[in-house]
Amino acid sequence: MALLTLLAAVTVGVVRMRNLFGVVVLASIYSFLMASLFVALDAVDVAMTEAAVGAGVSTVVLLATLHLTGSMEYPRPRKAYLPLFVAFVTGAALVWGTFSLPPFGTADAPIHQHVAPRYLSESIKETLVPNVVTAVLADYRGYDTLGEATVVFTAGIGVMLLLRGRRRQSAGRTREEHGP
Amino acid sequence: MSTLKTFIEHYNYFITIFLMVAGLYIVIARGNMIKKLVGLALFQTSVYLLYIAPGKIIGGTAPVLDPAFKVYANPLPHVLILTAIVVGVATLALGLAIVARIHEAYGTVEEDEIFAREAEE
Amino acid sequence: MKLDLILRVVIKLFLPFILLFALYVQFHGELGPGGGFQAGVIVAGTFILYAIMFGAHAAKRIVPQRLVELMVPLGVLIFAGTGAAAQAFGGNFLDYAVFSHDPPHGRELGIFLVEVGVLITVSGTMIAIFYAFTGRGRS
Repeated sequence: MALLTLLAAVTVGVVRMRNLFGVVVLASIYSFLMASLFVALDAVDVAMTEAAVGAGVSTVVLLATLHLTGSMEYPRPRKAYLPLFVAFVTGAALVWGTFSLPPFGTADAPIHQHVAPRYLSESIKETLVPNVVTAVLADYRGYDTLGEATVVFTAGIGVMLLLRGRRRQSAGRTREEHGP
Repeated sequence: MSTLKTFIEHYNYFITIFLMVAGLYIVIARGNMIKKLVGLALFQTSVYLLYIAPGKIIGGTAPVLDPAFKVYANPLPHVLILTAIVVGVATLALGLAIVARIHEAYGTVEEDEIFAREAEE
Repeated sequence: MKLDLILRVVIKLFLPFILLFALYVQFHGELGPGGGFQAGVIVAGTFILYAIMFGAHAAKRIVPQRLVELMVPLGVLIFAGTGAAAQAFGGNFLDYAVFSHDPPHGRELGIFLVEVGVLITVSGTMIAIFYAFTGRGRS
C-alpha cells in the first residue's frame, strides 16, 4: 500500500517536472517501484521483466534520445484546462466503474474460475515444466509469443532503418549518406 | 466504517486509475514529444497494474508449482502482461527513433513550434 | 580520473557474472522465474554496459554490427522453424507433442527451443537499438 502511494507521488513529479533528464530519472524510479510492487503481488516473472526492461533498456533509450535532442521542455503558453477537465472526467468515470469489481485478493473472483485452475493443475502433467507462466507462454499460448517475437523483430528493424547512416546537416535539411 | 473498508479494498484500483489518468494528461496536455512518450509509458504501466492486481490471492504464492504450496496466483494475467511489457518497450524505442528524426528535420521536438513551422510553409 | 578507474575495474570484474546470471535465468526459466525475455534483456544489458563504459567502438569489436543484424531475425526463424518442424513431424503448427516418444517430453523440448529463439531475438534487438541510437550522434 505504501508502494502504491509512492508510485502516485513519483507520477506527480513526472507530470510537473520540466527538465527532461529529471523526468527520465523519475521514470526509471517509477519502473523500479512498479517491479517491487509486482513482487509484492506474487508476479515474479513480470517483476523481473519490468525491472530489466523498464529500468534498464527503456531508460538507456530515453537517455540516448535526450543526447540527440535537447533536454528541456518549454512552458505552455496557455493553461491546459480542457485536458485537465477531460482527464478528471475520465478518472471519475473509471472510479465509478471500479466499485463493482471484486475486493483485492479474494480467491473466488471470476477470473480464478475458468481457465486458470486447469493450467495450474494440468501443466505439470502435460509439459513437465514447474514454472506455469513459462509453460503457458511458450506452449499453451505459443502463437501469442510468436507474434510478440515478431513485434520485437519489427521494432528492431524499424529502428535500424530509421537511424542507420550518419546525418549530415543540422535542422532544416535531411540529406544523409547511408552506411554499409 | 463500511466505506472505509471499501476504500481500503479498492485502494489499488484508485491508484491505478490515478496513474492512468496522469499518463493520459501528460499525453494530451504537454507539447514536448519525449514527455508525451514518457506519459504513454506511464499509461501502459498502469494498465499492467490493472491486470496483475486482481490476480493475486491473499495467502497464495507465485505460480511456480512446488509441493509445499497449494494456492497459487493466477498465471494468465502474468503471461499477457509479459508480452505487453516487451511490446511496450519495442514501441517506445520506435517512437523515440521517430522523435530523433523529427528533431533532425525541424530542429525541435516541441509540438507548437512544429505546427507553426508547418503553417508557414 | 580516480572515479573512472574504479568504475572500469569494477565493471570489468562484474560483466562475466552478469552474463552468467543471464544464462542462468534463461535455462532455469522452466524451474523458477525467468525465461527468454528476461534473459535476452540481461544479455543486452551486459553489452550495453560495456559499450557505455569503454566506448561503442570497443563494443563493436566484440559484438559487430553484422552479428547483431544476423541475430535479430535468427531468433524469429528458430521460433517459426520449431513450429514448422512440428508440422513436418506430423502434428499441427507449434504442436510440440510430436517431437518425442511421449507428449510431455516433446513439449518440454519445444518450450526449450522456443525460449532460445526468443533470447536471440530480444538480445539482438536491444543491442541493435542501442547501436542505432548511439551511432547517430554528431560524428
